[in-house]
Amino acid sequence: MNALGRFPETLIPLDESPLAVHGLSAGYGGKPAVMDVDMTVIPGTLMAIVGPNGAGKSTLLKAVLGLVPRLAGEVAVFGEPFARARHRVAYVPQRASVDWDFPVRVIDVALMGLHRELGLLGRIRPHHRARAEAALERTGTLELADRQIGQLSGGQQQRVFLARALAQGADLVLLDEPFAGVDAATEAAIVRVLKSLRTEGRSVVCVHHDLGTVAEYFDRVLLLNRRPIDEGPTDLVLTDRNLQATYGGRLSARHLALVR
Amino acid sequence: MGAEFVQLSLPPIMIGICAAVACALPGNFLLLRRQALLGDAVSHVVLPGMVVAFLLTGALAPIAMMLGALVAALLAVVLIEAVRRWGNVEPGAAMGTVFTTLFAVGVLLLETTGASGVHLDVEHALMGNLESLIWFAASDWGSLLDPAALAGLPPELGRLALVLVAAVLYIAVLRRPLVAATFDEGFARATGQRPAAVGLGLVALAAAAAVTAFEAVGAIIVIAMFVVPPATARLLTDRLWTQVWLSAGLAALSAALGYILAGYGPLWLGGEHSVSAAGMIAVVSGLGLALAARLGPRRHRREALPLP
Repeated sequence: MNALGRFPETLIPLDESPLAVHGLSAGYGGKPAVMDVDMTVIPGTLMAIVGPNGAGKSTLLKAVLGLVPRLAGEVAVFGEPFARARHRVAYVPQRASVDWDFPVRVIDVALMGLHRELGLLGRIRPHHRARAEAALERTGTLELADRQIGQLSGGQQQRVFLARALAQGADLVLLDEPFAGVDAATEAAIVRVLKSLRTEGRSVVCVHHDLGTVAEYFDRVLLLNRRPIDEGPTDLVLTDRNLQATYGGRLSARHLALVR
Repeated sequence: MGAEFVQLSLPPIMIGICAAVACALPGNFLLLRRQALLGDAVSHVVLPGMVVAFLLTGALAPIAMMLGALVAALLAVVLIEAVRRWGNVEPGAAMGTVFTTLFAVGVLLLETTGASGVHLDVEHALMGNLESLIWFAASDWGSLLDPAALAGLPPELGRLALVLVAAVLYIAVLRRPLVAATFDEGFARATGQRPAAVGLGLVALAAAAAVTAFEAVGAIIVIAMFVVPPATARLLTDRLWTQVWLSAGLAALSAALGYILAGYGPLWLGGEHSVSAAGMIAVVSGLGLALAARLGPRRHRREALPLP
């Protein structure tokens, strides 16, 4: 791997990294879907995990969260095991993984971000509601607050999910394909929110599939095809050679031109 | 409507209401989790459980019966999960496979062991015997305040009331993890809300409710009450807790109305015999569902909204 340009980053103490992954292999039934992943998230940056379908991008994210069994390796979240740093992490799952017919309103979904704080029986007080509403406001969905979640468009649902993550007040936000199947207005709204998180010093890791927007939206990228190909600042990592290695030589010159 | 009503009709109505509500409450979440068939499965597998308990103890002691049934129900829950995982089939198919097999085993056991001679026959298992749960100790409405008379209430009422309280407590205390686990399991796990444990607890609660209700009122009511009141309520609202309350109300209403219609309806129509209360209760709740499906405000879901 080319150390140049990445050298200063490795000097960041690991216990200060929002997310540090070392030699991680993970998958169901003892069969690893991703292998030997090293990854370091720099505080206050937006990072993309990019790779072809079946590259294990979602699996990597889920393994960090303990949703997929880890077979080898280590994960440190703010220098601690995930279970102890859970309260500093927010997760936005893929839209397809959720039952959208469920009878909850948009505001109820945003309030789920406060479950931890509310505990089992804590009453929802005006300041809780105000925080949930502020999160909806930031994603431009406040006027939908009383709608049943299933009545929303896919993009609107995705924004409500992001609002729930915002309500959690997490320092590290992990998103699984937030731009999949959403409209242009939603994509712009999500990018705006992610950049505002960066301004606040929070960190974002995002499974992403659109090569054309990686450099525009993200500071750093991990290229993954079951194994890590390269990791670092987008402009250094998104080379023709790396992309060919990631996508198995299936990218045309036109694709490669699109990346930059 | 005096002493006779208190002795003969009040206890079955109360028992019917408790059974219906105790099943409908967890039924809401089973329905939303696409596990609605579980009530059906559990109420069938209690048969082999009760037969085995009878064979082991040689008596019809209710406690032994219920323990046998509960063990069978929990065993079925585990088997269903095993078939679903290892057989890689959908939950409905796994439930169908397990409960038909175990129910069939129960029928064979009944036939071959001589247990069929006793009160534990298939017809009773299916239809229950709500009408037989009468209150001999009562003399009139005043008996409701008389400790000696209250002690003579059918024991089924106490057991069902207990299960009902357990169901209310479980859902009230774990309402947030239950919602998170059902709506978005990944989020629930990532935030440490233990959705698997919450789901298993729900299934165990449902099994306990089914077994207790089954013993008192039979399988038809149990199966109907797990599914029909929650499904009806779902058609009437898009708010979860409104749905849960509505389903409890609908279940209680069907139980009371069904019992009264079964007992007195045929007489009002000039007939001579009452009909099965369990059957009528299930029919009444089914009619309620048909009405809601026809007229309910939430028949058309997923209408598109304009972008803000």
